[in-house]
Amino acid sequence: MNLLALAWKNLTYKPLSALLSVLLFALSIGLVSLLLNLREQADQQFDANLAGIDLAVGAKGSPLELTLNSMYHVGYATGNITLEQAKPFFNPRHPIVEDAIPLSVGDSYRGYRIVGTIPKILSWYEAEVAEGEVWNADFTVTIGAEVAAANNLSIGDTFKSNHGIIDEGADNIEHDDDFTVVGILAPSGTVMDQLVLTTSQTYWHAHDHGDGDHANHDHEGEDHAGHDHGDEDHSGHDHEGEDHAGHDHGDEDHSGHDHKGEDHAGHDHGDEGHAGHDHSGHDHHDHAHDEDPLEVLLKENPEQEITSVLVKYKNASSFQALNFPRNINENTELLAANPAYEISEVRRQFDSGQRILGILVLAITVVSALSIFIALFNSLRERRYELALLRVMGAGRPKLFGLILLEGLMVAIIGYVLGLLLSHGILYLMAANIKDDFRYNLDPTHFMAEEAWLLFGALAIGFLAALFPATQAARTDIGETLVEGS
Amino acid sequence: MLQATNLSYSYPGGETLSFPDVHCAAGETRLLLGKSGSGKTTLLQLLSGLRSPTTGTINIQGTELGSLSTGALDRFRGQHIGMVFQTAHFVRALSIEENLVLCQQLAGKPSDKGRIRDLLEQLNLAGKARSLPAALSVGQQQRAAIARAIINQPALVLADEPTSALDDENTNQVVALLQEQAAAVKATLLIVTHDNRLTSIIPQQTRL
Repeated sequence: MNLLALAWKNLTYKPLSALLSVLLFALSIGLVSLLLNLREQADQQFDANLAGIDLAVGAKGSPLELTLNSMYHVGYATGNITLEQAKPFFNPRHPIVEDAIPLSVGDSYRGYRIVGTIPKILSWYEAEVAEGEVWNADFTVTIGAEVAAANNLSIGDTFKSNHGIIDEGADNIEHDDDFTVVGILAPSGTVMDQLVLTTSQTYWHAHDHGDGDHANHDHEGEDHAGHDHGDEDHSGHDHEGEDHAGHDHGDEDHSGHDHKGEDHAGHDHGDEGHAGHDHSGHDHHDHAHDEDPLEVLLKENPEQEITSVLVKYKNASSFQALNFPRNINENTELLAANPAYEISEVRRQFDSGQRILGILVLAITVVSALSIFIALFNSLRERRYELALLRVMGAGRPKLFGLILLEGLMVAIIGYVLGLLLSHGILYLMAANIKDDFRYNLDPTHFMAEEAWLLFGALAIGFLAALFPATQAARTDIGETLVEGS
Repeated sequence: MLQATNLSYSYPGGETLSFPDVHCAAGETRLLLGKSGSGKTTLLQLLSGLRSPTTGTINIQGTELGSLSTGALDRFRGQHIGMVFQTAHFVRALSIEENLVLCQQLAGKPSDKGRIRDLLEQLNLAGKARSLPAALSVGQQQRAAIARAIINQPALVLADEPTSALDDENTNQVVALLQEQAAAVKATLLIVTHDNRLTSIIPQQTRL
C-alpha cells in the first residue's frame, strides 16, 4: 500500500466527483491539443503547397480565389486566359520571372482534380514519380499517390474524366475520352498527392467535342472538309476551330491539319483511340520526347486557353518583383495574386478564430483547475479525521502533503491521456470530412512535440490546483481534529 | 514504562489545565477517569505526542517525547503507540485488511498478511477483511480499530472513550479484547473514560 495506490483508492472512492474533474481536465487538454494540431497541420500544408511560388496569374477576379484554385485546388477558377496572354511569363529573358508553369483546371475524376500542366511542376513541389513515368502525351496521366490508392488505379488503367470539379455521383457529365495512367507519384505531403496530372493540350481536346459548349465548332459528322479553308460553309468559325477540329476523334486522317507549322499533323486520333497521342508509330516519336513540353505548348494556337500561370521570381525582394503584381493588375487583362500574401490573409482569419477559441480553452482550463481544487478541498473536509488518523499511524506531514498532491496530479495525468485521445479521436472524425471538402489531409495519428509539453502544463495545473489543499492537509492539527471527530 | 510528570497544557484560548502524574508499569492496565471537560482527551493527546505539553515531560520506554522532532515523533508514535478512539475511523477508501497493511507500512514494518488474518480471526472479523469500513457495524468497527491499535505490537495502547458508543454487551467484549490483545503484545493499556461500567472491571485508576 504505497502512497500512489492510496491516492488512487481515494480518487476512485468517489468516482463521480473524480470523473467530473477528469472530464473537465480532459476537455481542456483535448481542446488545446486539437487547436495545436489543426494549426500545425494547416500551416504545414499551406507551406508545403506554397512550393516557392511567388505569383499566380490568371483571369480577372478574386486574388484569393485564384490562389486557392491554382495552388490548393480548392474552389472555382476565376476564368481562363489565352496562351497569348500567358506567353510573356515563359520568356526565358524575362527580367523578373525565373520560371513559370502553365495550369489548366476544371475537370475531375471522382472528386480528384485533373490538372493540365508540364512535368516541371513535379520538381516545384518536390514530388517524384514512384512508378511508371511522367505524362508525355495528351490523355496520358500521372496521378497522385492518394488518387491511385483511393481509386485503386495502377499503371495502364484507363478512366473517363468528369466535367467540372465536384464529384456529382451519377449526375456527372462524363467526357468521352479515356485517360491512361502512365505514372503514379510518390506521396509528397503536398497537393500533388491529390491531383491527376496531364498535358494542357488534353484539356482542349477533351472540351472540343461532345459537350456542345463549343457549339460553333460543329464537329459532329464533319469530316476533313472542315479543314479545307476554302470551304465557304466553315469560313465563319475557323478562328479557333482548326485545333479543335484537328483532334476530331473519329476522323480517319488529320494529316492535313495546320498546327501552326508544328508537325503534330501526324496525330491520329481515330482508329487507334488515343494511342496516337503517344506518337507511337510516328516518325517524330523521338522528337516529341526530346522536345520541352513547354515549347510544344507555346507553339500551339495562341488563342487556346489555359487557366493560370504559376510564377517564381528571380529575386523576390527586388523592387521590380515587388511591383510586378500591381503592374500586371493595373496594365493588363490579367490578375496577379501573391499566394503567400493571400494565404497570410486566410491565416489571419484563422488566427482571430483561434484567439476566440483560445480564450474559451483558457476559461475551460481555469474551470477544470478549479474543479480539481474544489474536489480535493471538499474531500479534505470530509477526510480530516482520516488524515489525522494517518498522522496517528505514523505518517509525517510530508506524506500527507504528497498524498493530496498525488491525487491532484493523478487527475491531471488521466485527464491528459483522455484529452489526447479525445482530440485525436476528433481529428480522426474530421479527417474524413475535411479531405473531401478542402483537399486538406489531417493525420490523426500524428503526435506533436508540443503535446509532450502539454503534459508538463497539465502536471503544473494539477500541481497548482492541489497545492493549497495539500498544504492544508499537511498542516492539519491532529489534536483539534481528533477532538472534533470524537 | 510510562512516566508523565508535571504535565500542564495551555489552550490557545488561555485556559490552562494541570494533570496529575501518571506512572504505569509495563503490561499494566489503568483507567484515567474524569468528568467531561476535565481534559481527559487532551491528556491522552499529550501522552501520544499529538500535542506538546506547556510544562512537564513524558517518557515512554526511555524516550523523552519532547526531545523528538515532528517527523521523528510521527514515526515513534507509529511504531510504539496504538490508539483507539471513541468512534472508529479508518481510511474510508481502503478495506479493513488494507487499512491494517497501511498501518504496518506507515510504522515502517513489513506488511504481514498472516498476522492480520490471525488478528482479525481473534477479533471475530475474519469475514470482513475485504469489506470497506463503512460496511461494518459500530461494534465491528471498534473491534477493527483495536486490531489496528495493536497490529504493530506497540508498547503503549491509548484508548479514548472506546466504549461510550457501545451497548453493554459490546462494551464488555471490547474491553475484554483490549485487555487480552494488550496482554498478548505485553503493552501497557491506558483507557481514558467516564464510563462507570469500566470501573468495576479495572482496578488501577487515576482520577483527574
